[in-house]
Amino acid sequence: MQKIPQWADVILVPLISLLLAAIISALVILAIGQDPLEAIKLMVIGALGSTYGWGYTLYYATNFIFTGLAVSVAFHAKLFNIGGEGQAMIGGLGVAIAALYIPFPHWSIALLVCTCSAAIFGALWGYLPAILQAKRGSHIVITTIMFNFIAAGLLNYVLVNVMRPPKSMDPATALFPPTTHLPTLHDMLLPLGINFSRTAPANITLIIALIAALFVWLLIWKTRLGYSIRSFGQSGSAAKYAGINPVKITVITMLVSGGLAGMMSINTTMGEAERLILNAPEGAGFIGIAVALMGRSHPFGVVLASLLFGFLYQGGAELSMWMAIPRELIVVIQALVILFTGALDNMVRMPIEAFFSAIRKSEGAK
Amino acid sequence: MSFMHKFLGATAALSFSAVTAIAEPAVIYDLGGKFDKSFNESSFNGATRWKTDNNSDFKDIELQSDAQREQVLRRFAEAGHNPIVMAGFMFGTALSVVAPEYPDTKFAIIDMVVDAPNVRSVVYNEHEGSYLVGMMAAEASESGTVGFIGGMDIPLIRKFACGYVQGVKAVNPDATIIQNMTGTTPAAWNDPVKGSELTKAQIAQGADVIYAAAGGTGVGVLQTAADENILSIGVDSNQNYMHSGKVLTSMLKRVDNAVYNAFKQGADLETGIHVGGISNAGISVAVDEHNEALLTDKMMAATYKAALDISTGQLSVHNYMADNSCPVE
Repeated sequence: MQKIPQWADVILVPLISLLLAAIISALVILAIGQDPLEAIKLMVIGALGSTYGWGYTLYYATNFIFTGLAVSVAFHAKLFNIGGEGQAMIGGLGVAIAALYIPFPHWSIALLVCTCSAAIFGALWGYLPAILQAKRGSHIVITTIMFNFIAAGLLNYVLVNVMRPPKSMDPATALFPPTTHLPTLHDMLLPLGINFSRTAPANITLIIALIAALFVWLLIWKTRLGYSIRSFGQSGSAAKYAGINPVKITVITMLVSGGLAGMMSINTTMGEAERLILNAPEGAGFIGIAVALMGRSHPFGVVLASLLFGFLYQGGAELSMWMAIPRELIVVIQALVILFTGALDNMVRMPIEAFFSAIRKSEGAK
Repeated sequence: MSFMHKFLGATAALSFSAVTAIAEPAVIYDLGGKFDKSFNESSFNGATRWKTDNNSDFKDIELQSDAQREQVLRRFAEAGHNPIVMAGFMFGTALSVVAPEYPDTKFAIIDMVVDAPNVRSVVYNEHEGSYLVGMMAAEASESGTVGFIGGMDIPLIRKFACGYVQGVKAVNPDATIIQNMTGTTPAAWNDPVKGSELTKAQIAQGADVIYAAAGGTGVGVLQTAADENILSIGVDSNQNYMHSGKVLTSMLKRVDNAVYNAFKQGADLETGIHVGGISNAGISVAVDEHNEALLTDKMMAATYKAALDISTGQLSVHNYMADNSCPVE
């Protein structure tokens, strides 16, 4: 029997965790002599109060959906892929190579080809740790995190020495040609009569992220491969006994995971910067871990958690713009939310479980 | 409905409160952070000096991510801040997109040239200053081995390194120069621990003077050099005071003056390209009570002569960024 009703598990527990995080953050803001109410108002209005705010919130959320899904897929096979950051970086390289060197006639074709290229490059960066794990037993946590550094080094080399336009200081590629520029939400919603903010970076990649979430749900719960991934995750030895090839499953899972992380770079590289810059993922690969934990590795949960983190990022940016709150403190607020919703989950869950079993007992006594 | 009403009302109130702060100048720091004891802090100091001199206020912000560049520029321009000064070449692309959208706002960018009618571009001849401190390092070194620790491995920092190497070789052609870059990501601007480790490694290889061109990372370099009793050279701001008697000199890049002048000119900011070098005191080396005892007459005579020759054009220091290569190693 379930200890608590499902609505409490899905809504009440995260909500109370968020509230606790908000209270502690408010105390921290109070301690540095700022007004917490004003800060919260600023965050909410700045992130959700205008199409400009939504544009940034959804832009960040798009990143987190991809990396959150990447971590989730690997989680189902009990593989802890913390290399999303590196896979996204290399995915960006895939996007840049396709966008710069293939003359696309129209953005739709460019989007299709660049998405595939990003996914292939990201998947390749996931393939090496996967094969090392499957064949040699090198632990995936160690190899994927080391591959983040290799990716950063490789990208730096490529950007500084190969792809940087001559005379440019910025370690970044040239701007992508105009035919590869993706329509933003402004362009997409204008025909529907909605005047979405022109400057916000949210773009068509959001739709691809949602399609990817649907794809992951179908893959994990509706296909034979997904069943193999989950059984391998539950028990490797049982899965092997049932005829599931652990090498194959490890490699395929990591290919999917790396591909998803790589696709994140469509949003940052093609959708926002329109050129490849160093450090394009900006930690989204790591936020993906928190997103996957919070979303219980379910695509729907990942989408919701991504929205929350998108809100925190954009709200935090507004805070640092209009209040005298240093950026380090904004990281503290973000960290508090991760701490309460991810790591301290049981602190909230246990009293709620006790509360519900007490109710049930008193009902049973009647 | 009434909820929506309140919501819109609140949004309007917010945008109103933002607009009331009109015409205040603003400065945007790069990812290294405001108090990096170097580049960004120098712009902060310039802004603060303007604030005390004019008894008025300015707006500033430390960026958290690259995606915020265009966002902050637009939001500040919309809020009426004028001029908007940004410290760092990384703003180049964002500014070239945003500047045409706000033709009535003046922008100033440091370390980068952006060609727009409402932009003032301030760039520096860092290779000249690095050449001078390189000469001083070679004079001060007893082991004949000196070090260079850069921040992020980018052409701009290689420009510093190349000028430095040329200066060292000009005094001592047989000198060994150990070069290290802190990292390959912008985090390398703000990693004093790594800076400290690199310093120890260079000391182990015999370096006794180390030049740090690494933003906030340099704090760790200077600290470790002082702890290990060797000399260091600071960058951008005057860092001599940080370890009095242990910092040979600092290569000054007067970013503070650039910010101060931009603020002073206000909305009438003179646009176009401005090059700061030895000749117009945009670049210099720091001499004060903290390093006087370390400087010898021979060293200073050679340095001043080189400075004079550079400003008159008799001596030309190779600029790494002109052809992306350095004639000496």
